[in-house]
Amino acid sequence: MELVRKWVQTILALLVNGSWSFPYTRTIYQGPLKVVCSPGLNCYSCPAATTYCPIGSLQQLMAGIRVALENGQNFFGLYVIGTMGVLGGIFGRLICGWACPFGLIQELLHKIPSKKFSIPQKLNYIKYGFLLFFVILLPLLIVDDFGYGEAWYCKYFCPAGTLEAGLPMLILQPSLRQTIGILFYNKLAIMIGFIVWSVLASRPFCRTACPLGAFYALFKNLKLVKLRLVEENCTQCKECHSVCPMGVKFNESPENAECISCLKCMDKACKFDAITLEIAGLPIGSRDKAGTRRPKQTDAII
Amino acid sequence: MAEKRAENNKSIRVAPFITILFFLIMGMIGIMTGEVGRVLAQAVQVCLSCIGIG
Repeated sequence: MELVRKWVQTILALLVNGSWSFPYTRTIYQGPLKVVCSPGLNCYSCPAATTYCPIGSLQQLMAGIRVALENGQNFFGLYVIGTMGVLGGIFGRLICGWACPFGLIQELLHKIPSKKFSIPQKLNYIKYGFLLFFVILLPLLIVDDFGYGEAWYCKYFCPAGTLEAGLPMLILQPSLRQTIGILFYNKLAIMIGFIVWSVLASRPFCRTACPLGAFYALFKNLKLVKLRLVEENCTQCKECHSVCPMGVKFNESPENAECISCLKCMDKACKFDAITLEIAGLPIGSRDKAGTRRPKQTDAII
Repeated sequence: MAEKRAENNKSIRVAPFITILFFLIMGMIGIMTGEVGRVLAQAVQVCLSCIGIG
């Protein structure tokens, strides 16, 4: 299953970054596919990006909401939030595990041999602050003399934007190098920080700073596809703790908002069929290897 | 058999479908107000300040 996931991650990363003419055009893709939402975090100013980034678009719409209303345009971000909500309602944070290019980059970085560290659970809450303040409130409330706000998260923080768009654009258009300043170096430092942290810890950006992950996490109880704990099969062996890339203790908190449904716990760790995948409450699969399943109490009675 | 099917039906969660429908309607309202054009117009431009340049 892990191999399938890696293939899905790679194919989707290539699909949302499928415009490879940029070495000749020296700019970004400008075709009609840009109305399609990238399910994962993928900067739409990346030269290869074929889809729009929901977090970038949402900030832009929030930042321009006053001017749009003054011009009689009712742009409240409903198209973007609606699309994100449909994706969240179906998959939730499964998208983080299967469809996010920046998640894939972090997973690859984490394969670099080094001493590995855990991430304190309390840091998980920071990403909700980024979603509320940097993506919604600050772009909406702090405006210039003309009524325009700023894309705060993209401008001041997003390491994915620096890696996927900022650096490639500086390579493609050397004249831009004269315009970079403290803002860019600050973002570069944030990006390098997350790269180093990704080597040392598993998915630090997803866990602490991704506003899209925070949005999808809100659907933890509402999403269609989710993992379920079959309590009567669980032996509390805690094997699921050791394989989870998000630090989730699945047997203790099966509804944890951090679960990205990568299925490692179901596929690699649990030998007792205690973890199943379900769609709308109906189980559709579990690990089922002959000889590894624990006899249930009912079997003993029979 | 009928009992088993009824038991299965009982365990179907309705909340995800309501959630999806809610956001689907929200997205369609966005499409009807012409927000798609606005998203496209933003997405085809390189916002240099948004990526920390300029």
